[in-house]
This record gives sequence, C-alpha cells and structure tokens, in this order.
Amino acid sequence: MAAIQIMATLPALPDGWSAEKDFKAVGKLSQPTNRALEAVGHHYLAHARRRRHKRTFSEDEKIQAQENVKKVEKDDDDDIDDNEDPMLLQREAKDWKTQDHYAILGLQKYRWRASEDQIKRAHRKKVLKHHPDKKAAAGEEENDQFFKCIQRATDILLDPVKRRQYDSVDEAAEREPPSKKDVQKKPGNFYKLWRPVFESEGRFSKKQPVPQLGDDNSTKEHVEEFYNFWYAFDSWRSFEYLDEDVPDDNESRDQKRHVERKNNNARKKRKNEDVQRLRKLVDDALAQDERIKKFRQEGNKEKNKKRLEKEAAEKAAKEEAQRKKEEEEKAAAEKAAAEKSAKEDSKKAKEAAKNAAKKNKRVIRGAAKDGNYFTDGEASPGQIDGALNDTDALITKLDNEEIAALTAKLQGKTDKAAIKTVFQEEVKRLVEAGKAKDGEFKTLA
Amino acid sequence: MSGDNTGSNSPEPIENGPKRNAIGISFGNSYSSIAYTNAVDGKAEVIADPDGDRQIPSILSYVGGEEFTGAQAKAQIPRNPRNTIAHVRDYLGKSFKEIDPSPCQAVAHPVEHDGGKTVAFVVQEKVSEEEGGPQPEKSTLTVQEVSTRLLRRLRSSASDYLGRDVNAAVITVPSDFSDAQKSALKASAEKAGIEVLQFISEPISALLAFDAKIQQSGEGQPSQQDKIVVVGDLGGTRSDVSVVASRNGVYTTLATAHDYELGGVTLDKVLIEYAAKEFLKKNKNKDPRENERSLAKLTLEAEAVKKALSLGASASFSIESLIDGIDFSLSVNRTRFELLGSKVFASFTRLIEGAVQKADLDVLDIDEIVLSGGTSHTPKIASNLQSHFPESTVVIAPSTTPSAVNPSELAARGAAIQASLISEFETQDIVENTEAVVTVTPHLPHAIGLVTGDDQFSVIVPPETPVPVRRTAQIAVKDGGDVLIKLAEGVREIKVTQEEKPATNGKKDDDDDEDDEDDEDDEPEEIRSKVWKANKPLAEAAIKGVKKGGKVEVQINVAADLSVTVVAREVGGKGGVRGTIEAGAVQQNGSAA
Repeated sequence: MAAIQIMATLPALPDGWSAEKDFKAVGKLSQPTNRALEAVGHHYLAHARRRRHKRTFSEDEKIQAQENVKKVEKDDDDDIDDNEDPMLLQREAKDWKTQDHYAILGLQKYRWRASEDQIKRAHRKKVLKHHPDKKAAAGEEENDQFFKCIQRATDILLDPVKRRQYDSVDEAAEREPPSKKDVQKKPGNFYKLWRPVFESEGRFSKKQPVPQLGDDNSTKEHVEEFYNFWYAFDSWRSFEYLDEDVPDDNESRDQKRHVERKNNNARKKRKNEDVQRLRKLVDDALAQDERIKKFRQEGNKEKNKKRLEKEAAEKAAKEEAQRKKEEEEKAAAEKAAAEKSAKEDSKKAKEAAKNAAKKNKRVIRGAAKDGNYFTDGEASPGQIDGALNDTDALITKLDNEEIAALTAKLQGKTDKAAIKTVFQEEVKRLVEAGKAKDGEFKTLA
Repeated sequence: MSGDNTGSNSPEPIENGPKRNAIGISFGNSYSSIAYTNAVDGKAEVIADPDGDRQIPSILSYVGGEEFTGAQAKAQIPRNPRNTIAHVRDYLGKSFKEIDPSPCQAVAHPVEHDGGKTVAFVVQEKVSEEEGGPQPEKSTLTVQEVSTRLLRRLRSSASDYLGRDVNAAVITVPSDFSDAQKSALKASAEKAGIEVLQFISEPISALLAFDAKIQQSGEGQPSQQDKIVVVGDLGGTRSDVSVVASRNGVYTTLATAHDYELGGVTLDKVLIEYAAKEFLKKNKNKDPRENERSLAKLTLEAEAVKKALSLGASASFSIESLIDGIDFSLSVNRTRFELLGSKVFASFTRLIEGAVQKADLDVLDIDEIVLSGGTSHTPKIASNLQSHFPESTVVIAPSTTPSAVNPSELAARGAAIQASLISEFETQDIVENTEAVVTVTPHLPHAIGLVTGDDQFSVIVPPETPVPVRRTAQIAVKDGGDVLIKLAEGVREIKVTQEEKPATNGKKDDDDDEDDEDDEDDEPEEIRSKVWKANKPLAEAAIKGVKKGGKVEVQINVAADLSVTVVAREVGGKGGVRGTIEAGAVQQNGSAA
C-alpha cells in the first residue's frame, strides 16, 4: 500500500529530550469497538484467511462474537404505543382535520418531539396492522377508514411544512398556564407548574435551544435572559391548518378569492392573538416569579444601602465640619480668655511682686536691724549706717525672686548670728555668681 | 410446486457437481438483475433476458394458462391485474401479519396461507382445455413458489446467455433482511436449482462493484483507500441507506436507515397525481385514479415518463383510451417534475442525512455518496445531495459523474464479482468465512496520527479501521536536523465559523414553504469545517540528523491485540527507530493476526 503523504512540518527535537533507543511510549490505545466486517471482496477474504488460518473456533467463541458486535440495525418499536382507543378506530377519514395525527400513529407520548424515523416506524407498524387486506383476511368487514386516517396522519407528519402547521394548532400539546392560586400553594410549585408550559411554548421558537426556566438558585443573568428571550419570542407558529377549505373550482373565482382573503385575515388575527396570549402568559409568569421579587429586593437593598451609606457619610461629614467649627470657635475663645487672664495675672503678679519685693525688702532691712547690724554687742551709729547701706546695696543687686528666697530664709530667724550667716551666704553666692565683688559688702564679709 | 422443471439440471446435488457456474443476482421487489464475471478480464457484465432487458421486472403473470415474466408480465398489469403477481421479495419468510400489502394494490393481493405463517397469492394459473369449459380451480401460489419461479427464469436467462448451466449465485438482499427471510430465499433458490453461495447486502454489493470499477480504470488514489461512503440504494418501493467505512477494501457498516415507503413509486405517484389533475381539467368527473384499469395504465406511463425525464428535458404521457375511450396526452418537462416532487426529493436527502447522523458522523466526514438502484437515475436526487453535502463529498450518480456505473446494475455486478471470488471455495469455507467469529473485529474508535507543528494533527490511521492494520506515512523535513515524531490519538471536531455577509441561499427545496427556510435566512451563513485535534498522546520518537530536504517515513502497525509497533526512519537512511506500545487491557474477539 502506498504511503500517505503528509504536508506538514515536524516539530524540532526539544533540547534535553532523550529516551532509550530514541523511543518512548506515553499512552495506550483506547478501547476498540467491535463491529462486523462485511464479508465481501478479496480484501475481506484475505482477512478471513488470516483469521481462520490453522484455527478452529469453539461454539462458545462464536456466540461471544455474535454478542459483542455493535448493533447497526435497529428494529425495536417499543416507543410506539400499541393501545388503541376504540373511539379512535371508529374515526372517519373525511374528518381528518380534527383527528389527532400523533394518537393515530401511537406517538401521543412524543407529539412534536417525535423524530422522522419514529414516525416512519410508527406508520409501518400501524400499516402492517390495519391494512384493509389484513382485515379482509381476518374476516372482518372491509373498512379502510382507519387505514386512510393512518395514511393522512403520515402524510402530514412526514411533510415538514404540514407538520409545523399541525404542530402549531396541536391542542393536545398545549399546556394551560397554571393559576396563581396553584402556584402559591407550595413554594416549589412555580417551577413545577410553569416549566412544562414554557417547554411546550418553546417548540415554536425559531431559535433553538430555548433557555430553561431554571430554579430558585438561578442567577439574575439567567432569569433576565430567560424573560428577555420570551419577550422577544420569535415564533414560527402559524394557523394555516385551521383554514377554511378553498373551493378548488375554476368557476367561482370570486368566491375562491373571498375565502382566501378570509383565511388570510383569520390567520393574521390568530397570530396576533397568539402573540398577545404569549405576552400575557409571560407577564403572568413574571408576576408570579419569586425570583424577580427576590432580585428586586436585593436590588433595593443594594440601592438603599448605597443611599444610606451616602447619607451617613454626608451626615458624618456635616457633623465633622460642625464639630471642627465649634472646636475652632472654642479654641479661639479660650485663647482670648487665656490671653486676657494672662494679662491680668501678669499685672497682678507684677504688683504683687512689687508689693512682695517691698515687703521682702522691708523684711531684709528689718532682719539687718534684728541681726543687730551684723555686729556683736551694741552697734555704733557708723556700724549701723554701714550695715544698712550694705543691705540696701544687696537688695539692689538681687532681683525679686532672690529677694523672695532670701526673705524666706530670713523668715522666723531672730538669732543675730543666724541672720548674719544668711546674709553672708547670700553675699558669698553673689560674689561666686560674679554679681558682686569680694569685699564690696564690708559689714557682711 | 416441485422443482422438476428446472431446465437442463444435473440430477446430482449441486455441491458435488462438476463445476460451479456462479452468477450474481440482484433479486429485487420491482426489478431483478443478473450479472456474471467475464473470465477473460474479470469484468462484471450484466446479462439481458430474452426480451433484451437488463432490468427484469420481478413480475409473474398468468394469461390463458401461460406464464409470463419480465416486461411481458408487467404489460399485463392493466389487462389482467388479479392474475399478475408482483412485489414478492419482501414477503419472503414473513408471516401475513408482518407484511405490508400496499405495494400489491394494483395486482394480485396477498392472502394468508398456512394459518397465517406465510403469504400466498391466488391466481388463475390454468385454464380449461376446451373452449368455454368450466374454469379449473384457482391455484394458490406461496411467496416461496413465486420466488422460485422468478429465480428459475433468471437462471434460465443466464444459462441461455452464457451457454452453460448456471447453478450457483451470490444474491443481494437489503441490509435488514432477517435470517428467516434469508433462509426462505435460499430455499426458493435451491428449488430453482441455484446454490446460494452467499447473501450480501445490497449497498455493500454496490460499493464493491463501484470500487472494482475504479480499480480497473486505474483512477484509484492512494488517499482513496480509506474513505467513508454513504451508499443510497434507492429502489422501486423502498430505499435503504448504509454508511460504510471502507478501509483498504474492507467494508464496515456503521449505520443503516430504511424507508419502506420511499422509492421510485413515490415519484411515479407525483406524476400520476399531476396527470390525473390535468386530465380532470378537460374531462370533468372522470378521475382516472378511481378506475383501476385507468390507474394501472397511468402508473405504467408515469414510470416511463419518469425514466425519460432522467435523460431528457421533457417527456410526454401518451395513453390511448385512458378512460371511457378518451385518449390522453400531456407533456411534462423536467423542471415541472422536480417542482412537483420537491417534497419527495427532500425526503431522499433527509433519509441519507439521517443515516449519517445515526452513524454519529457529520456530513463533512462523508467522502463519497454512491447511489444505486433505479431511482438513482433521477438527476434531482443527486443534485440535491451535492448541494446539501460539502463540496468535498463526491456524489456518484449518472447525472453527476458521467463515468458512473449504471446504478440499476451496481448491486448485480457486485454480486457477480463476489461470486467469482468465492465460487472455487468449498461450501464449508464460505460459511465459515461469514461467521461472526470471523467478521466481528475490533475497530479503532479514534484516529492515530502525528502531532505536527502548531499542534496540528495529521491522520495516518483513520477511525473505524479494523485491526490488524498497517499504514505508512511520509513527511518532508525541509530544514533537516533532529525531529520529534509525536504519535497521538486524534478526535475530529466540527468548527463553525460565521461568515460576515450572508451568502446566497443555494439550498435544496427552493420551493418549500418559506417557513422552512426562515431559520437560515436571517442569520449569517455558517461555515463548518472539519478539524483534527490531538487527544491522547501515544508515543514519542526522535529521528536525528535528517538531511536537508529529506523525508521521514513513519509506519504504524496495529496488531490484532491492539499493540502498536512504530517504525520511524529517514527515507533512504539506515536504521531508524522502532518501538512498541503495549496493548491496554482489552477484551477482544479472537487474536488471530
């Protein structure tokens, strides 16, 4: 067999790739499917020869092979309903407009969901049973009415256009929307009762697949998409099937046109009504949908939250501003008051200090006198004069505080020596501080 | 009902007879064909019956004690409907409850026989010797007996034509023919002096004949050795479709679809309705459909008109004395016919597409559509399919491929080829060859191929290939150097891309109601394409030092136990890499290699 030519580039060997003998297996083949070969042609015969070469197959192997093979032919008709309503069998072929084509073929379980293959098989099954020749053979009266019904049903259901027309008006596939009361009886009822309604309506959609109703946990996007879909529903539903028969007669052309016009108008009217009906249906569902309320509440909560937050923030800002202003005012007032009081205080203090200084000076002078003018025994006038001069000089050299301190030291001292010591210490301190020269105060040396 | 007048039959049992003369028989409900293989060049040839017909109507008619078959019997339908038997093949091996008597509307009706176990026809086979004497009793001919008589006629036609006694045949049957039906047909054939070497399914037989033709004309491309083919066997009263994976000449049926109501007769009905309405326009209250004889005449003419319309652009009905002595003529052109039958044509397309879906395939997977059966002559069916399937799909029908084999003959030719292949075998061998233990084979569920640059995947072994299998592929390495061979299992994906501007809607059923087409009208046309994706890696191998402009050859050898041997080497180079992927835990059927 000639080699297959592949037009493609092979990847370059990646760096570091290595394997024993340049080959490594990384996976295994998937499970095979067992299928039967067609025992035809010389290539097959070659296969059979290889297979059978020096080999006999046991009975068991043969059976096993038979069982393993994948079935290609399907011939089970289990999905087609065998039970036939005696009323159905009594139907007249001429009333085909009102007949339930799916029921005739035993496909009432499937209706618009029935596949073409199912319809074909159902038709076959029914024909085998109801052919007039069979009835004649069974000794029944020859009545081909039901057979004609079968043929008519198949004609309509196997023609895609006619089938749509019939499906459009197939009442048995309609689902009445549930009442509000029923929906409210139990929490899950909304989904349970509305789902079949939407499924049944969804068959008319040109857009497939139709979004699902979902459940309590559906996201907001899903629910919105669902209702958007239904409000913008694009339906292929049409009402030709309910047309009045147009007289197939060349003579009465006017009559024919009249009927055609009437039919057209009726179709339009029905279509409009259907659009209205669907809109109302979706409105109702929307009104009963708890999720919408939930989402609205959530939305409201969200909005409220935002508003409250905003308000709170505003309020806080306002309060803050107010507080700040007040604080500022208060601070200013306090400052003013402090300044005023400080002024007053300093004035008072000054006076007080003045008074104190006067008083202290008097005390110091008094002390000098009490200290017997720093002499032992009776003080001469010269000595007294000198001592008083020195005391005055000392006082001038001291500032108010030092005077106060000195006064405090002298307070309560009556002993001449002690007073003299205090004075001497003071002089000494002054000398050390460099404020006075040694020997300036003769009497206190 | 004895098998005494089987022509110049040899008295001893056939199995031990001196030599088998085997032919291929396509025994149909409406028409049968017989073919043999020319010993000189191995080509299959279709045999004409004494009337010169290569499609022989499967009809028996009894007129005045004489038996007619073929075209002569068919001509008897309007005159002598109750003594004419047609459409028996599908009744074989079935109980009365299981059959659909509808196709026998215009001829002898089937009746219960043997307590409902089989089906029979009651006809006036013999007439009294003397003029005007009492009619002898009607005879009841079982379906088996009718088949035997038909097959006997076919056999004698073949024997006369070939000048030697034909005593064996490969017979084609629909793919859903049950074992009971096969054994009934076998019994009928044996009574007619034909040893049935093998039953083969009609679509496969057609495919065999088609492939043989290609091989002979040398058109076979290497890439065509693996292909997915849809065979549409569109017959007179029923249509059968098979989706077949053809892997190097070995066929596996992936899916089948059947429609027992759809066939040439359905198209004839379209013409009958049209003609009847036209007739009614001129002749009030004289509906030819209500008169059995008129309807039979009209039916025959409609079939002839339909056949003429497959070749020419127009054809005409011309019936003398259709009803009450009124002659009828009406010309129909092909466009009108295609318009009238648009729904039926669409059904054919849907049936074939349904079969493709049943096989879990996409229309893009289909390489060829081979149409067989007489109805395939109708050009509209092929052109509908061509426009419905992608351009890569080749539709083989007379109207699309001028070199196509006559679709009416495909099945018989395939049977003849098979007959020539196995006529030398022992009967026991043939039986064993067709047993499930031999035919049932593990098939690869996924393709095996190479992962090439940019994560592309190139198929070497396509999916649905039976094991053992060996495939070799060559890839050019432009730049040379070291290359990596990455083997993987691939899956096919359908990529859908939207085209910006809406393309012209060159679709089928243009005249269908607009409801049907609306879906596509608004949306931009989708472009669907087939893409292979690497799925499960299998092995890696390195080829080092490839010459510039050299080629690498990869051979994949899947053994019956699903172990894979890979040989990769540079073309013309020495050595190469060899490795084995062990088989997984696989339950499989037999391990003969």
